[in-house]
Amino acid sequence: MALSHLAASASRSSSLLKPLSSALSLRRSISGDNSPLTVETSVPFTSHQCEAPSRSVETNPKELLTFFRDMALMRRMEIAADSLYKAKLIRGFCHLYDGQEAVAVGMEAAITKKDCIITAYRDHCTFVSRGGTLLEVFAELMGRQAGCSKGKGGSMHFYKKDSNFYGGHGIVGAQVPLGCGLAFAQKNSKDETVTFALYGDGAANQGQLFEALNISALWDLPAILVCENNHYGMGTAEWRAAKSPAYYKRGDYVPGLKVDGMDALAVKQACKFAKEHALKNGPIILEMDTYRYHGHSMSDPGSTYRTRDEISGVRQERDPIERIRKLILSHDLATEKELKDVEKEVRKEVDDAIAQAKESPMPEPSELFTNVYAKGLGVESFGADRKEVRATLP
Amino acid sequence: MLAIARQRMLGQSFKKILPAVSVLRSYSSAAKQITVREALNSALDEEMSADPKVFLMGEEVGEYQGAYKITKGLLEKYGPERVLDTPITEAGFTGIGVGAAYYGLKPVVEFMTFNFSMQAIDHIINSAAKSNYMSAGQISVPIVFRGPNGAAAGVGAQHSQCYAAWYASCPGLKVLSPYNSEDARGLLKAAIRDPDPVVFLENELLYGESFPVSDEVLDSSFCLPIGKAKIEREGKDVTITAFSKMVGYALKAAEMLEKDGIYAEVINLRSIRPLDRSTINTSVRKTNRLITVEEGFPQHGVGAEICASVVEESFSYLDAPVERIAGADVPMPYAANLERMAVPQVEDIVRAAKRACYRSVPLAATA
Repeated sequence: MALSHLAASASRSSSLLKPLSSALSLRRSISGDNSPLTVETSVPFTSHQCEAPSRSVETNPKELLTFFRDMALMRRMEIAADSLYKAKLIRGFCHLYDGQEAVAVGMEAAITKKDCIITAYRDHCTFVSRGGTLLEVFAELMGRQAGCSKGKGGSMHFYKKDSNFYGGHGIVGAQVPLGCGLAFAQKNSKDETVTFALYGDGAANQGQLFEALNISALWDLPAILVCENNHYGMGTAEWRAAKSPAYYKRGDYVPGLKVDGMDALAVKQACKFAKEHALKNGPIILEMDTYRYHGHSMSDPGSTYRTRDEISGVRQERDPIERIRKLILSHDLATEKELKDVEKEVRKEVDDAIAQAKESPMPEPSELFTNVYAKGLGVESFGADRKEVRATLP
Repeated sequence: MLAIARQRMLGQSFKKILPAVSVLRSYSSAAKQITVREALNSALDEEMSADPKVFLMGEEVGEYQGAYKITKGLLEKYGPERVLDTPITEAGFTGIGVGAAYYGLKPVVEFMTFNFSMQAIDHIINSAAKSNYMSAGQISVPIVFRGPNGAAAGVGAQHSQCYAAWYASCPGLKVLSPYNSEDARGLLKAAIRDPDPVVFLENELLYGESFPVSDEVLDSSFCLPIGKAKIEREGKDVTITAFSKMVGYALKAAEMLEKDGIYAEVINLRSIRPLDRSTINTSVRKTNRLITVEEGFPQHGVGAEICASVVEESFSYLDAPVERIAGADVPMPYAANLERMAVPQVEDIVRAAKRACYRSVPLAATA
């Protein structure tokens, strides 16, 4: 499936990079400006039970440069996490997002921090796009106090409530009903916000997803279900898991849109469209056609069920960062060197954050017993040897 | 006859527990009686009135007025945005309830019986109970899961299980189980006000039973503390712990034991998690003997935890091994005689108490 896609998008992208709008100023400033720019998405949107949005996406140099920087940062962060894991500084589970960055940055560009995002365990980059810092990421991965969950959550449990990022969930599919619940609360608060509940092609077959979708459609909830289809549920290819891998159609009576998830601008356009739709008409499904370079997690090489050719093929033809780089260069928004400098900068940021995270201490032993409850009522809790270790819950 | 006995016991226990409630002892008018159903309904009504964030969801809670009529009248009063009829999809609607709680609303999710909560148990445990801990306090979950628990009458194996032990083993949850109308009101109000996920285990057979309640209990600000057991009847010879319907059985057993000169102290646990180990141990240190009573399966049950707690904290005070009375270690049968054997009866509690007192033959009452 992915392979046939590759050829198609490759030939199209080269012709699309010629600027369609000539409202360009030859700024050399790397931060860019807001002068409008229109770019066509790599492929048109495919829709189900709705009218697809236009392929022409409004953007500007500043946004494109921000996309580049943010995605480069995320890429570097995930690769660094790989090294830390192999150095045994990160333990347990570590699910990396490199390859899928465009979904996180494109979505963020279309919404506000009052809209909610909830996802599963491949959450490091989503956390960052919601405003989380690199220090919080690396410290949490290494189980340190400076982590976003104070070291008590780990890779799969990042949260940032003040920017409406609700995690970070380890049970496949559970985040979808939770996301619909967030949408319910948003509708109740009448503040014209929406929830994006992300899930993978593996989770797309979960019963609870359809239960939540049914209720969302019945109650007109502003819920946007986003299937990040990277074509593999752990080691199982989509065609082996789903009788119908047209995930954007699986909502039946719920409209859907299929989106090139490697094209940040297409993602942005789709999310903008989805938000408007959800506020007026209730739930909608977005299927992001994307790809992960790493295996399912750090304990999966990712090459026993995929060929190395496939992986490198996607990297060459559809990489989201390269797409934006080509766009920036072809529109003369920055030079190659300037972009390389950005990459060097983010690399340094990542290295600095890791160094800082390594300095952060592990949690105090007393933290074993904190946050069990929001209101502990002064009850007792126990360690492994309850005659040795007891605590009163605050 | 029962009402008089209850009044006497209430008088005794109120004397010790709540000085303010001695209003009951100086009554000029008879104490009001309300059913557990009315108690729960009024608690929901008052909490919904006091806090617009509280809302109800579950199967048949709205237009049907509640499968057991617990939510009667609430749809009419609060409207369809606060009383929501759900499809028969526990995993989906429980997840939605938990998500709404993440955002800051206060859902009260009804399971038609807790047997159906097993379809949603991942959300109760992994999405609700553990979130505050995993997020180091960022995501608290002010949700209540309520509904009938344990055996009803003749409903068979799939509809009769008691879930107290399962839920109470999980850190991050609070688990409450009321017995009478005062418990029902006070504990449900406490559960709704509590910022943590609370599993509220009711009993279908108690819904229609009436109990006297004082004016204080009927006041809309009434609330019982979570984590505190109640001594329903004081005694000196043997401690009997129970919760929900079994409290009534334990009280009947205590009456029968009194005729044989055995004065049992009956503890109504009210809170399964946190368990009031302090009250239980203080009582056992006084009586030196313990019977635990529960409806649920015996292995890894509530009684097992209470026994362990007492052995750990008060071993040298025990004059006899701890006795456990629990449901039979079999799936619930349908035939009436077998069902009767599968659930504790008053005689079982009496027999166990006598064993603990090393008296299997009734003796004349001693001073």
